[in-house]
Amino acid sequence: MSLAMDEKPNEPGIVLTPEQLRRRRARSIAIALALGVFAILIWAVTLVKGPGVLVRPL
Amino acid sequence: MSLTSESADLAQPMRTGGVYAEPSMAGVGDYIALLKPRVMSLVVFTALVGLVVAPGHLHPVLGFFALFCIAVGAGAAGALNMWYDADIDAKMARTLDRPIPAGRVQPGEALAFGIVLAGFAIVFLGLMINLLAAGLLAFTIFFYAVIYTMWLKRSTPLNIVIGGAAGAFPPVIGWAAATGSIGIEPILLFLIIFFWTPPHFWALGLGRADEYARAGIPMLPVVAGSNETRRQILIYSLVLAPVGASPWLLGYAGWPFGVVSILGGAAMVALGLRLCASEGPAVERTAKQLFTFSILYLFVLFAALLVERVLGMQGVGAPFGRVLG
Repeated sequence: MSLAMDEKPNEPGIVLTPEQLRRRRARSIAIALALGVFAILIWAVTLVKGPGVLVRPL
Repeated sequence: MSLTSESADLAQPMRTGGVYAEPSMAGVGDYIALLKPRVMSLVVFTALVGLVVAPGHLHPVLGFFALFCIAVGAGAAGALNMWYDADIDAKMARTLDRPIPAGRVQPGEALAFGIVLAGFAIVFLGLMINLLAAGLLAFTIFFYAVIYTMWLKRSTPLNIVIGGAAGAFPPVIGWAAATGSIGIEPILLFLIIFFWTPPHFWALGLGRADEYARAGIPMLPVVAGSNETRRQILIYSLVLAPVGASPWLLGYAGWPFGVVSILGGAAMVALGLRLCASEGPAVERTAKQLFTFSILYLFVLFAALLVERVLGMQGVGAPFGRVLG
């Protein structure tokens, strides 16, 4: 008999310790901030360059 | 086995060698450490000087974006270096606590981190600034990660002489970002860093020859010994002093830079001579002084160029006028 998709696996899987959870959260926040800064930078560059944003020498 | 049971198997947590893969313990600081922030700060500073002293005008936002891409590219190169060098980093006290040998970051994570950042930095520098700057950044990352890290570092005592070119490119990239071309000035800035690198790193290596030997890195102090290394430091300092003053001698910088570069170059040569004459424990002490002073020397040289540009003093009081161009 096959195991249905919605059945829980027998093994508990990976259980993160509080420290691992804290570090994962810190990494997630850092990624979010980095992406936010990157988006703002691209937005600022787009404003400066205007419609020809991809027009550049060479 | 039915399709449903296969799907259920795929949903199991990833296993490595029959045991669960350990969840990452990497903190944000570990990923920042992979970027080698101290090296990155020097890269950003020298690139800034190349960008500012270049003729013409680049909008400050675009200039900042170019520096951002150069910084990220430098960080990516640092991450790739740490990925490849994790085995020798684990053998040296100075690098033992880096994220990979310490076990906080997996090698594959560092490799992916480096490749993704390098790709982003190169693509966006090319899209938003110009292709020459992006090409130079790509070459610099390749040179540092592949030519220096994977090849030269473990195979020849000239590793940091040739590999030093990677650290010398940032002002050229900054100049290229501002102008879309390369002139004599950025080549002079390149040469300054190129000839500055060997005495700087050999002075560091003199006190750590045992560690480098244990890690199997053929640094000059390991292969040729202390006396020959000190002689080479002096020779490179003798070359560096006039090269350091060349922007002033050739008319690209004013008298303040001339004074700073001549005094600084003379001090580098004096320290090189003292290092050659040192014996016993004084060797390591003098090498540390030379190492520390070399950082100050390079910083002051580039800062002088920056200040002259801001004050509009470029080429004022040059002995021969502008010789080239």
